[in-house]
Amino acid sequence: MNRRQFLKGGLVGGAVLAAGGAWVVWRDVRDADASSPPRDRIAEILSGIAPVLLAGALPADATQRSSALASVTVGVKEVIAAFPPAVRSEVNDLFRLLDIRIARRLLTGISTTWRDADPSDVKAFLERWRWSRIALLQTGYFALHDLVLGAWYANESAWAQLGYTGPPNVE
Amino acid sequence: MLRDPVQEGLARGWRVIDAATLERSQTFEADVCIVGTGAGGGVTAEILTKAGFKVILVEEGPLKSSRDFRMKEADAYPQLYQESAARKTRDKAITILQGRCVGGSTTVNWTSSFRTPATTLAHWRNKQGLAEYTSDALWPWFEAMETKLSIAPWPFPPNRNNALLAMGAEKLGIPSAAVRRNVKGCSNIGYCGMGCPTNAKQSMLVTTIPAALDEGATLLVNAQAVRLVGADAAGSRGPAHLEVAPRPVSGTTGPRARHRIQAKHFVLAAGAIGSPALLLRSQAPDPHSMLGRRTFLHPTVISAALMSDPVNAHAGAPQTIYSDHFLDSVAVDGPMGFKLEAPPLHPVIFATTMSGYGEQHAALMREFNNTHVLLALLRDGFHAESQGGRVMLRDDGSPVLDYPLNDFLFDGVRRAYLAMAEMQFAAGAKHVLPIHEQAAPYTTWQQARQAITGLPLQPLSTRVVSAHVMGGCAMSNDPRNGVVNNDGRHHQWSAVSVLDGSLFPTSIGANPQLSIYAIAARLASKLALDLTGRQAPAMI
Ligand SMILES: Cc1cc2nc3c(=O)[nH]c(=O)nc-3n(C[C@H](O)[C@H](O)[C@H](O)COP(=O)(O)OP(=O)(O)OC[C@H]3O[C@@H](n4cnc5c(N)ncnc54)[C@H](O)[C@@H]3O)c2cc1C
Ligand code: SF4
Repeated sequence: MNRRQFLKGGLVGGAVLAAGGAWVVWRDVRDADASSPPRDRIAEILSGIAPVLLAGALPADATQRSSALASVTVGVKEVIAAFPPAVRSEVNDLFRLLDIRIARRLLTGISTTWRDADPSDVKAFLERWRWSRIALLQTGYFALHDLVLGAWYANESAWAQLGYTGPPNVE
Repeated sequence: MLRDPVQEGLARGWRVIDAATLERSQTFEADVCIVGTGAGGGVTAEILTKAGFKVILVEEGPLKSSRDFRMKEADAYPQLYQESAARKTRDKAITILQGRCVGGSTTVNWTSSFRTPATTLAHWRNKQGLAEYTSDALWPWFEAMETKLSIAPWPFPPNRNNALLAMGAEKLGIPSAAVRRNVKGCSNIGYCGMGCPTNAKQSMLVTTIPAALDEGATLLVNAQAVRLVGADAAGSRGPAHLEVAPRPVSGTTGPRARHRIQAKHFVLAAGAIGSPALLLRSQAPDPHSMLGRRTFLHPTVISAALMSDPVNAHAGAPQTIYSDHFLDSVAVDGPMGFKLEAPPLHPVIFATTMSGYGEQHAALMREFNNTHVLLALLRDGFHAESQGGRVMLRDDGSPVLDYPLNDFLFDGVRRAYLAMAEMQFAAGAKHVLPIHEQAAPYTTWQQARQAITGLPLQPLSTRVVSAHVMGGCAMSNDPRNGVVNNDGRHHQWSAVSVLDGSLFPTSIGANPQLSIYAIAARLASKLALDLTGRQAPAMI
């Protein structure tokens, strides 16, 4: 599936978007430069989403928590960078949708910045996407689930909670 | 320090070229060019090199070896797997695990070794006209590959995750048995999926590929086979060379030098998905529209159980016990049967597989060490309603598999969830959680049975994974029924053979590596004979 199909799937099926503004989203996304992923924006977007996906898993201490969130962002970016170009650009499209204000408001219901988003609103948006019959949104939820949870549990600092002591020494 | 046979080979002067470092376009010449270095490519490389052919291997992934295998998912997935172990089918409902490194999927696989089931071969003979595919005819090839790869019953007690499978089966009066493994001096660590750090696993990386390189074969790594070109107008011989490009790496820009490999014969062993995709990009003749179709996955569903004692499913050899009860108790072309196995668990795979998020997900994660997991691998491709998937190309030429999940398959999924839950309760589970968005941990078998019976089964909310991609270049002597003939030769392009998992006209109904080793060995030996008139030397 290419970028255009990815978006079209969502736009055609998206009753939310039919309410108006679809063309704005389309124009904005199309005009954004596909070759320069919104890398610096990923941290901002995840600052709203990751704490909700990782509630109960992140450390309680504020400093540890923010360094944990920083490592999740780094992990997500690394995973995206390692994807082949076609997959990378699909994931970048997802983050671009979450970044553009009008798209964000229409598709997630969140009108503040991600950093200021109320966790209960973020949760409501994740639930809506998770159970959505619009493929774009439902697969968007699964992508966020796998990227964020995968990035956190790839981290050695996450393992203590699992009682996992890491790989054995084979030398 | 542990020995690293790959580093030692490089020090001996193996001819290995990294395509990413070649600045200018180059032309390579060989008798035979083999695309892919996994199960099919590795075996073929050793046989053809030993038969005296000048062989060049083209591999999309990097050359990594035991010194790089650190047993960390964060290193292993991006380095060694297709699409960082997150390859998805077109609708994203199935996650596909495939290796992308020298040794292919054999470098990261879980070492379970089964001969092709007799029921599968019988179906191939009766329905696909593969008359010579009898257990007797394949017997010497199984024997040879089993000897070569040290395939033998696992002599140690299974880890607890596998012992629980045996226990649950026994309680229910269902047969289970020990899995054979391709290992030599295995220290029972359980990190096979991240590359074996001790070289105990007898993958292609430490067996056939080193043998071929020691005999003078050339290996081009980080090199993507783009397309076969130069087919003569009459079209019967097929292409004259292969166009190769360095695998694109994020952050690198600028022109990527393309290279050319001239060869008398091309063997495609890029795996199911990779091999049909290369033929699609090459616009190979496909008069009956068979190319890329009937691609099978053993679609796999998962059931997690909470035990009162530690299971530690991350430790100890994976998949050492299996049960074929639910394959053997249905007709091969009847309702979909399934094989039961117990996989390794590691934090990232576990976290991404478990559904939900937040507190609920974190609670499941805290039970990591006490979680017992079963897999049900569904046998696809034998019934009219199981046509598998189709390999397609994206705009940039990269492949994607379209594999629709239908009601016939979901019927098998439901029976599999039920069978796994019943078995896990029999083994003493405190609760059982089928991996499905709408499922919850069930505390009794009665509760689980009722809930699973009513569970709406749909793509995406039903977690489906696959590590066994097969088909897409089906063999049949009837060109209307296959892409290649019974010997793996392309029907329209005689200079091309396919010798990997994409040959299979159905799924195998068992973990496929040994089927690929044996069938590739048999066909590669035949190919050597056809190309020279001489007999190929035995593998061992
Ligand atoms: C995690 C995991 C666990 C598994 N466990 C088991 C098990 O326990 N038992 C078992 O029997 N089977 C197992 N399998 C499956 C088994 O390993 C595969 O079925 C088998 O290796 C497939 O062989 P193949 O030759 O068809 O392809 P592969 O072994 O996948 O090799 C294909 C190679 O081609 C390369 N390639 C692809 N496209 C191109 C291109 N365009 N240009 C150049 N190179 C290309 C790939 O990088 C890869 O190296 C497992 C697989 C995985 C991923
Ligand atoms: S279990 Fe054996 S084969 Fe697997 S990684 Fe450990 S030592 Fe290697």
